[in-house]
Amino acid sequence: MTESESRSERDTAGGESADVVLARSQAQMAELAAQHGANPEEGKVVVLGLENVAVSYHGTEAVRGVEMNIRKELVTAFIGPSGCGKTTLLRSLNRMNDLIPGAEVSGKITYHGHDLNAAGVDPVEVRRRIGMVFQRPNPFPKSIFDNVAYGLRLHGMKDNLNDRVEKALRQAALWDEVHKRLRSSALSLSGGQQQRLCIARALAIEPDVVLMDEPASALDPIATQRIEDLVAELRNDYTIVIVTHNMQQAARVADMTAFFSVDVAESGARCGILVEHAPTVQLFTRPSDERTEAYVTGRFG
Amino acid sequence: MSTSAETDFALPRRARLHIGDLALRGIAGAAALTVMIVLILIAYKVTQEAWDAISTFGLGFLTSSEWNAVTNQYGARDLIWGTAVTSFFALLFAVPISIAIGLFLSELAPRRLRGPVGALVELLAAIPSVVLGLWGILVMGPFLEAHVEPFLIDHFGWIPLFSGTPSNVGLLPACLVLTIMIVPIVSSICRELFDSVPSDLKAGSLALGSTRWEMMRGVAIPQVSGGIVAAVILGLARAMGEAIAVSLTIGGTARTGWSLFGSADTIASRIANQYQGAATHLQQSSIAYLATILLVLSLGANLSAALIVRRIRRRMGAG
Amino acid sequence: MSAEVNPLTVVTRRSRRRKRAGIVMEALATAAAILAIVVLAIVVISVARKGLPAINADFFTKNPAPVFQTGGGIKNAIVGTLIMTGMATLISVPVGVLIAIFNTEFAPPRVAEGMRIALNVLAGVPTIVIGIFIFGLLVVGHGQSAIAASLGLSIVMVPLIARATEEVLLLVPVTLREGGMALGATRARTVITVILPTAVGGIVTATIVAVARGAGETAPLLFTSSIFASSVVTDVHQAMASIPLTIFVDSESPSVADQQTAWAAALVLMAGVLIMGVIGRALSLRTRRQIERAR
Repeated sequence: MTESESRSERDTAGGESADVVLARSQAQMAELAAQHGANPEEGKVVVLGLENVAVSYHGTEAVRGVEMNIRKELVTAFIGPSGCGKTTLLRSLNRMNDLIPGAEVSGKITYHGHDLNAAGVDPVEVRRRIGMVFQRPNPFPKSIFDNVAYGLRLHGMKDNLNDRVEKALRQAALWDEVHKRLRSSALSLSGGQQQRLCIARALAIEPDVVLMDEPASALDPIATQRIEDLVAELRNDYTIVIVTHNMQQAARVADMTAFFSVDVAESGARCGILVEHAPTVQLFTRPSDERTEAYVTGRFG
Repeated sequence: MSTSAETDFALPRRARLHIGDLALRGIAGAAALTVMIVLILIAYKVTQEAWDAISTFGLGFLTSSEWNAVTNQYGARDLIWGTAVTSFFALLFAVPISIAIGLFLSELAPRRLRGPVGALVELLAAIPSVVLGLWGILVMGPFLEAHVEPFLIDHFGWIPLFSGTPSNVGLLPACLVLTIMIVPIVSSICRELFDSVPSDLKAGSLALGSTRWEMMRGVAIPQVSGGIVAAVILGLARAMGEAIAVSLTIGGTARTGWSLFGSADTIASRIANQYQGAATHLQQSSIAYLATILLVLSLGANLSAALIVRRIRRRMGAG
Repeated sequence: MSAEVNPLTVVTRRSRRRKRAGIVMEALATAAAILAIVVLAIVVISVARKGLPAINADFFTKNPAPVFQTGGGIKNAIVGTLIMTGMATLISVPVGVLIAIFNTEFAPPRVAEGMRIALNVLAGVPTIVIGIFIFGLLVVGHGQSAIAASLGLSIVMVPLIARATEEVLLLVPVTLREGGMALGATRARTVITVILPTAVGGIVTATIVAVARGAGETAPLLFTSSIFASSVVTDVHQAMASIPLTIFVDSESPSVADQQTAWAAALVLMAGVLIMGVIGRALSLRTRRQIERAR
């Protein structure tokens, strides 16, 4: 946690001035703008809709008042200082918060218009369609092949198992490195490879949405670069929501960016809030909220 | 410290302090050494007691099923068989139950219940083996004889295991008593093992859309499978070595045969039953020979379990 | 907009099967836990019901009645168990604590590891083999004695005390150790005046648990103190009666009176052991919390 924080501090305020950094980002912005036009959301269907969503643990709110539409085949980044509930919110999108005793989600989260938390909704079904990649690679103590096949076997997608595994590994840009040793243990891979394996594992079951919780924060810069390239590629087939501490990363990979911040009440209680959700280019160059501007220009955090 | 300490270099005092350290280290080391000495002494003494029988019968002791004080012929085959069968079935019952209890305490039980329920299961281990044996022979045995064994014979008598006539002693009551003794041991180890599975790993399975049971079967159990093996081996060692509860419930007539019903005997139980004193020195020596076999078996089991645990710890440290 | 049916609620045959399998397995796991508790209850209740009728003042204050007479109690066995377990405790607590101190304070890591394995191996030696060992060592040629029996019990109890004490010693914060030594105290003095007092709660707990175990052991007594008088014996060079052996012998007797004695003795033993176990556990939780608060 502190490692990625310090890295983002390094990225924004450390060796280079914020302006230089911003200038570099702006170059990338221009590139992104060229790719998507000013409004990447144009013509895209809403996949996940959040209406006044709040998540609390044992009565204490961690994040509240979130209104947002996440659209299809876009990469949406959640950025903001630590403690603003980005990961908490992310986990409620695939109902992983169900597993935490005392966690409660209020408001409405819709998936293609349907309530995620409606009675009769099976969380197992939710997670098949909305996959997740975690901060630290968590491969199972099995072979590379069995890791990718795990989800396939669970959901009965066993026809052409070998082809499906290959396809997933190719999508995760890992096939070339492992195709000769699919039966060897997943734990023998490097950190970056393990993370790509976890991505392959998630992609194998053909989800609609892939949630990524700081997927590169535990990796070295080269591995991070590969993950970012991967995310950019995957945008064509999947809707991706990525939480990141690194503004640079958001600038590099995301079409849309949501900036979260911490709201401190008089009592001292801290709660996360959504400040602004806009196309990345716009958020970084012409933020509409002064808090956003303060964050992206490195004036705090 | 008094000011005199500054002027008083007190070489004698330093020597005294040093002696204090040496003394403690000395007696502590002696205590530790005692453990090693006792272990070696046990092996030596028991083998020495058994030497007459070992030199008389040699390895043939393991294959002969004679046990006759009149002809002074002794053999352990039936006893080895009894030990093998009771241990095997005790494990067969105890291992699934223990893994299930371990999973229950680690994953399924409401948090507030985990402590109390775990404590109750462990209390099962606190029951003295003689009390369990008493209950086994006077309560469970007659119950099995009257209600369970006839049922099994009537419906499954064609399986060799369930052939024979109902009896209040035998392999079945002994197995069940052993099961009761092993379950707390193996289940508490399993519970610790499951608690040690990283939550990231469990989350990874659930995030792929698995049910909780699928996660336990597909990720948690494989993750700790080595530890479970070690726990099973420890349970096996316990089952093989139990003398009192088994001797009370098993009947004491050694035999080799598939039927679970009817009197039988195990190595440990035979040793216990002859406590009144053997008729001849060779018989006494043969009992010590039995003890030697038991010692070898238990040493083997405990050392392999320790080796497995060490290999697991090393792998976890490196990985 | 969206179709009427929420696709997330759609149930396929496969998903229904998976869900059902999950429910069944979880139910089985719960059943296993319940089974264990039920068995515990059955045994405890059985012993209580069968033993209670014979429990009266006489049971604790009188020696066994002569043959063909009723009445009498197990006074000799109670005294014998108290003396033998007491002696075993006096031996095993110092030895066990010293071993733990050796492991945590003086032994290089590999030696400590070896000691732990040795303790585990010793703990794994079947108690009946320990009985044969002590028999060969002390009884052959000298006759049975309570001392021999106590030594046998000590061998059973030492690993338990040593392991549990080591756990508690390891919980004592390093700062406490270093604090003592920084003040100029020697290692020995630090251990005796600082560390042991902190760990005393844990040592007491370990002792209680070990005593509960030792009091219930029968096998070490079988060859060392099994031929005894039916009156109270206090000479430690003689064999003494004991509760576990009384149960063992009487349970195989055809006499109903003997069986009744066995049940009552079992009730006394089991109650004592279980109560000690519960106290031990409660104390251990309290000690753990105390030490962690002191960190």
